[in-house]
Amino acid sequence: MENKKELAASEEQMLYAKWLEKGMLIGLALLVISFGLYVFGIIEPVIPLDELSKYWGLSVKEYLVAVNSNFLHMDHAPTGWAWMKLIGKGDYMNFLPIAILSGITILCYGAIVPVFKKKGENAYMIMSIVEIVILTLAASGFLAAGH
Amino acid sequence: MKESGTSKGWGAMPVLLAALLLVLPAAAFGAEAVPADATEWWVWPLLLLVVTFVMGIVAVLGGVGGGVLYVPIIGGFFPFHIDFVRGAGLLVALSGALAAGPGLLKANLASLRLAIPVALVASSCAIIGAMFGLALPAHIVKLLLGVTILGIVVIMFTAKKSDYPDVPKADALSSALGIYGIYQGPDKTFDWKIHRTIPGLLTFIIIGVMAGMFGLGAGWANVPVLNLMMGAPLKISVATSKFLLGITDTSAAWVYLNNGAVIPMLVAPSLIGIMLGSFVGVRILKVAKPSFIRWVVIGILAFAGSKSLYDGIKAMNAPAKPAAQHTQEASHGK
Repeated sequence: MENKKELAASEEQMLYAKWLEKGMLIGLALLVISFGLYVFGIIEPVIPLDELSKYWGLSVKEYLVAVNSNFLHMDHAPTGWAWMKLIGKGDYMNFLPIAILSGITILCYGAIVPVFKKKGENAYMIMSIVEIVILTLAASGFLAAGH
Repeated sequence: MKESGTSKGWGAMPVLLAALLLVLPAAAFGAEAVPADATEWWVWPLLLLVVTFVMGIVAVLGGVGGGVLYVPIIGGFFPFHIDFVRGAGLLVALSGALAAGPGLLKANLASLRLAIPVALVASSCAIIGAMFGLALPAHIVKLLLGVTILGIVVIMFTAKKSDYPDVPKADALSSALGIYGIYQGPDKTFDWKIHRTIPGLLTFIIIGVMAGMFGLGAGWANVPVLNLMMGAPLKISVATSKFLLGITDTSAAWVYLNNGAVIPMLVAPSLIGIMLGSFVGVRILKVAKPSFIRWVVIGILAFAGSKSLYDGIKAMNAPAKPAAQHTQEASHGK
């Protein structure tokens, strides 16, 4: 009886799987749609498709400076969540599904915290909360890097 | 029946190898001989789709993640800067893990209780690795990547695996966290537990940093640590490792995304190619001889790792190209 119980996945594991499955399917479906709109020229991108090959060989720092000075003319090169301002453009539109795919894990952890609390599994509840904080910090854009 | 299946698998091998042999040297030649603006813009994304499709098949058959093949091959033979290749590599590994994760969790092959403490260490360190990797000059990254890939070749060449590792006694930490379970294998039901939890977690500091720094995914390191060091059964280790990548790579992917190191034209064809290749690979796996493919994967990695190392050394000895020159080139033709 005990064996049967432990052979099945736990409540929190099944809940995590359900959230992960939904987020993954939404993210991938949106990525296929947004990429189709971009690559077939249905929605105009910031960097024209026939000029993109001049930019993808640059380092990220050089790329950002070049794209900003040649096309965007913003005060700062678009890093962090600045892509949200450009979501109507074919290329930057693709960042939405990429953000969903990168962000779904935070929601999965958020879903299982109440289950650990209900079960009195404080160590796992705390670890899950800390993981949410770490991933949210990574997603926030406060962590800058550069050459 | 088995003989016939195997021979069918061998029949598929020349097609795969021919595709790799045709595609990769062409890409390598193009990367060095053709200036970026002399090629139609759609050629490289299309080639990327074809190569990642083949890569997806080979990764499944060779039992490795897509990320470990993606970064050295695309970074070594395509004209994209290594910064963007690493960003795309992380998203490739992440998507593969997200796609596999729900099924592995529901089947209770991936253990959430084992993954949560490990993910906490690995994902924090992946952030540090990603920030460090983006701050390093490209030639240093290529040099270190070459060394790492050649190290992975050695691990793949020498590491043993244990279906049911002998864990005489669970350690205090894993007992306190309740990291144990029952695995229903093909031949027996196995009560598993783990030991050496603290050394295992410390090892994931290094694994996390390397995953973030090189955008490799980290299944090549996760599985030996979970299986051989910590004592989880092989299938639990493989499944938990795959699920774990979805958390580790998430943290590093955000750093690349927020620092602008993601170009959708690289990411989308790569994801589509790898996923379609994986679907086909799973079908071929039923009839193929995986041990042969594993040798092919080791060979490809050894070649790509050596090229990355060579590129890194060559760039170190070459005179530095001023950054402003790149920007002028990029704006040329405006």
